[in-house]
This record gives sequence, structure tokens and C-alpha cells, in this order.
Amino acid sequence: MTTVYVPRDSSARSVGADEVADAIVHEALRRGAAVELVRNGSRGMMWLEPLVEVATAQGRVAYGPVTTDAVVGLFDAGFLEGAVHELGHGATDRIPWLADQDRLTFSRVGVIDPLSTQDYEANGGLIALRRALTMEPGEICDEVTESGLRGRGGAGFPTGVKWATVLAAPGDEKFVVCNADEGDSGTFADRMLMEGDPFMLIEAMVIAGIAVGAREGFVYIRSEYPDAVATMRAAIESAYQAGWLGPRLLDSDYRFDLEIRVGAGAYICGEETAMLDSLEGKRGVVRAKPPLPAIEGLFAKPTAINNVLSLASVLVVLASGAEFYRDFGVGRSRGTQVFQLAGNVARGGIVETAFGMTLAEMLERFAGGSLSGRPIRAVQVGGPLGAYLAPTQFDLPLDYEAFAQAQAMVGHGGIVVFDDTVDMAAQARFAMEFCAVESCGKCTPCRVGAVRGVELIDRIVAGENVTADVALLEDLCELMTDGSLCAMGGLTPQPVRSVLQYFPEDLFRSKGTSS
Amino acid sequence: MTVMPPAEYPAPTRREDWSEETALSIIRAAATGRGPLLPVLHALQGAFGYVDPRAVALVANELNLSRADVYGVVTFYADLRSSPPGQVRIQVCRGEACQSVGGHALAEHATRSLDLGFGETTPDGSVTLDEVFCLGNCALGPTVCVNGRLHGRVHGHKLDQLIGDSVAIGEPS
Repeated sequence: MTTVYVPRDSSARSVGADEVADAIVHEALRRGAAVELVRNGSRGMMWLEPLVEVATAQGRVAYGPVTTDAVVGLFDAGFLEGAVHELGHGATDRIPWLADQDRLTFSRVGVIDPLSTQDYEANGGLIALRRALTMEPGEICDEVTESGLRGRGGAGFPTGVKWATVLAAPGDEKFVVCNADEGDSGTFADRMLMEGDPFMLIEAMVIAGIAVGAREGFVYIRSEYPDAVATMRAAIESAYQAGWLGPRLLDSDYRFDLEIRVGAGAYICGEETAMLDSLEGKRGVVRAKPPLPAIEGLFAKPTAINNVLSLASVLVVLASGAEFYRDFGVGRSRGTQVFQLAGNVARGGIVETAFGMTLAEMLERFAGGSLSGRPIRAVQVGGPLGAYLAPTQFDLPLDYEAFAQAQAMVGHGGIVVFDDTVDMAAQARFAMEFCAVESCGKCTPCRVGAVRGVELIDRIVAGENVTADVALLEDLCELMTDGSLCAMGGLTPQPVRSVLQYFPEDLFRSKGTSS
Repeated sequence: MTVMPPAEYPAPTRREDWSEETALSIIRAAATGRGPLLPVLHALQGAFGYVDPRAVALVANELNLSRADVYGVVTFYADLRSSPPGQVRIQVCRGEACQSVGGHALAEHATRSLDLGFGETTPDGSVTLDEVFCLGNCALGPTVCVNGRLHGRVHGHKLDQLIGDSVAIGEPS
């Protein structure tokens, strides 16, 4: 019996993984070959999807991108024995792109069958939870704090400190909420973790519950991720059956219940307080802080809110120790970050690496340049609210502080690449337009400012009264930054300002620019 | 041979016609747990294809909310529709990652070939065209979602093919 892996990841399916899986089953039956087909997560090498792997005596061997037309040829060539083929890449673990990474949080993604509890336990699952069950809640918070882990959702707040605040907050009832509303364009790491290693998130939620004293948790997943929702729901059901959730979990005195909630197409619900309102069944409107959600969160109870990647990192910290985790990274950016290479790149996908690699190295060594083969002109890091970086800035190291100093942000680790055909004036306009569409409407700088921003950029591009309008746009950016209630309005000026500073020629192309 | 089936995509199914009785049973079944409004509205939309304006008062009554609260939520979220969608729902990603690989051209192609604006449905009720900001397929764009199923590296010709195939499947035979 030979095991063949074809990813069930929605990205792999978007380029034909289901059809390839069917073709392999069909051809195996026709030949009478004994094949066990496993639908694994994706290894994150998206340009090779669908990436088919075969388990051989020498380890797993990779072929990709496989099309249905190539399947018969693969059988003919003897791919079930790991034979050489034009689509072959040799041993998966030795593909340099993958081997050069530090896969800590993504260690199981693409390796295991995502919904197999046996696979999960056999590959390091539950080690962290079993250890957490022997610790005092305060000790767990301390260890997470010592690891230097900062929230991976974008804000970068120390996770251990947040947990300790919830633990110390008075309250008969507390909650843990996972923010899986991964709305930033160019990011897909949360989705891949949920589709490729869902028990990881469940285990981490239980640990968070123990650490802060909560018995109930919610995972808020955006509706644009139907596969992640289905996989997480199936995994939660299995976890209850296995006794990993519910009363007396893993034969301990703890009880923890977990529920999936699905968003409804509102980017703002990725903002934690808007997400809480959405969970409560309200419009996703941002709350004023204070009170912090850690003190007064879901249903006005102390609530720990963490991103999927933060929770995944907690498992590494508890399984391998704070020191192990802290040894990765630079300065105050400790551990690994899961970067997502997206947009116009030759080799897009997941690059998990210690903080500190320069953007240039990321673009050359991993992205392999642009997909179109044209020069890279701009890179947006950190989602729609992140700055556009020009080639002169590509030597920036990828860490929180270096990016903040350059008026940019690492955010959730999305890296979107544009070639030289990009119209940066249109990108600046889109930033304002996106904010206008997605604003919750609570505060005026965001709700009205974004609309005015679109109008101003249109006027500047049209070339009327440019000098005065640029001054007005800069003033508007300052106002939105200082006066908005949350990061939506507060950070929308970031990409706009970066275009003003580094790509002004695109804004001032029309006649009358000297006026 | 064992095959792990992946998550099922919702097939274009025949939707329920509006009935107060059906709506009430859906609302009651979904109204478990705390803060149940969004799950209830998702359940209604799942069954009928949209949240009928007649459902607002029912939901408000069952969940002990004001009609204004329910109406406010229905109209806040982009996913929740107040009118029936087409048999085939096409969502074109407008996010930056897709923009960088021809997303604008794809969006223009979609509106032109369907003769629809975003958010509109063809007069015969066959196709609804929606825009969406990121489907999480950012390394394989431009991305389109057809009836909940993701398609990567989609350009004009492939989109026409996808629409043609889906409309053919969606038609009652």
C-alpha cells in the first residue's frame, strides 16, 4: 500500500487538487495499484499546487504542479516508487524553499491528515496542553510573557501580558476568543492553519482557557473561508469525541467548550471590539477603549482575544519552552513570523522564518522576483492598512520596530508584490475607497474622511489646484491618524502617505502639476 | 483504498420558498447559545438564499430584540441579502493581491460580459455578481468564487467558462 498525498487546502483546490485526486484514484483502480489517498493540508508552496506527494522508503517525494493530464504519465514513470519525472522535486523536506524556513507553528501543516486525531498526537500534538495541565494559570502566563511572544494579528501586544490581565480581572465568568477574521488582502496563514492543522487551534484555545480562567471559547471565522469553517467544525466534533474538549478534558478537572462563529463579510470585524459586538449579535461597530476587552469584553466579561498565529505560537512556547522560542528573532521581535508571499510573485506561499530577514532577501530568495518577470516596483506589507514600500526601502529588516520606524508595519505578515505596471495613484485611491466601504461609521474621521480622501486623490490626479489639494490630503491624513477610534481609520493614511512620499510621480502625472 | 473526502462545497441547491412556518422553525433551531442573531440570520439565508424582510419581525419577536436592531444588523453586513440572489453567485476578489496580477481587468471583464454591476443579478435570475475583498487565495490570484467554490489564476476566458458551466448546472433539467 502506497500513501499518496493530495492537499485539501482551498488554495490547492482552487487550481484543481480535487480533480487531480480523482484522477489518481481512477488511474490507481484501473491499474490495480494499492494506493491510500490522504488529503493533507498544503505545504505552502503555492506555485507548485496541486503538489502531490508520495510516501516512499526514502521519505516523501514531491511532484507539482500536477494536472489531471499528467497523472497517467506519473504512473507510467513510476511515481509511486518516487521515480524521476519532469514534475518531480525530489524529497519534499529537501526542497530549498522549504528547508530554509523555520517551520515552528506550521510544523504539521501539509504533513498530517488535518482531521486525524492519531496523526495529530503522533506529530507532537497535545504535548503543550498536557504540560499546561500540570501548571498554575499564572505560570502559563509567565512562560508566554518570557517567550517574548507578541500578538500576531497586527498590533503586536505581548500575549502573556494580555493573558495575565484577564487572569487578574475580577469576574465569575471569562471568555477566550480567537480572532480568525483574517481580512487583510495578501494574508492566508490563519486559513491554512485552520484547514491544515485544526486541532492545533483547539489545543491552544484550551490552554488559553486554563491560563485566563475561562471555560468557554469562540473562534470567529470570516465567511469568506467556508473550507476553514467546515474543517474547524469537523475537528471540534472529533475533539469532543476524543475528550479533548468538554467536561474533565484529558481526564483533568478542567472543562472547556468551544464554538465556531461565522462572520458576514465585514472587514471591520477583524478589529477586536467590533468582533465582540458581532459575536454578541450586533452590528460590527468599534467600541471605545478603555475598558479593555481583557477587563470588559464579550458580554461585558473579561475576555482574552488572540489571533490564530499567536495561539499557534503559544503551543510552540509551551511544548518547547520559552527559551527555545525566544532564541529565534531579533531585538524585541522574538520567535518566528509567518510571512505570506502574495500578489505578483513567481513563488508565492508561506515563509515562516525568524524575524530579521530583509525584505530584499525575502523577495529574491523566496519570492523569486515577480510572476510577470517585470521589475518589482512596490511592495505592500501588512495588509490594506500597510505602507507601500519602494525598492530603495527593500533593505529593511522584517521586524516590528524597523518597520514602525519607516512608517510601515509588519502587521499580520502579508507581503503583496506589484510589478512596474502598477498605478500607485490608483492604489492610494483604493486605500481610501476601501476604508470608505468598510468603515463601521462610528467615528467621523474614518467615515467621512475616507470619502473625502477619495475625492481629493481624484482631484489631484485630474491635476486641478494640486498644491492646495496635496496640502489638504496631508492634513486629512494627519486628522484620520490622530482622530480615528480604531486602526481602520487610523492606519488608512499609512499607504496613502507612502504613495505621496515614495511614488509622487504617479499622483502628479497630469498637466498643471507645477501649479 | 481509503479516500479522505475534503469539505463539501455547497452545491447550487433548490432554495426554499418563503414560508413563515419554515422561517420560525429555522429561527428556533438556530437560536441556541448566547448572541444568536448572526447564526440565526445565516441559517435563514442558508435556507431561503436571502433574509426576507418579512423575517425581520419574526426574528425580533423570537429573540426579544427590537425590529430596528435586527434590521440594523441585516443591513450592516455585506453577506446578508434582503432579496433573492441568482442561481449562480459569482464573487470576484477585488483585494490588492489580486489587483497586482490582473484583478482590475478581470473585474471589468466580469461586469462587461454579464452586463451587470457588482451587487446586481441578471433579469432572468440566473447570475448574481458580487465583489469581495479577499478570499485568502492571494498567491494564486486573480481569484473568483463560484457558489462557494474557489478558483485561482482566473482570467477572462476562464471566467466565461466557469460562468457557462455553472449556469448550465444550475438550470433545472
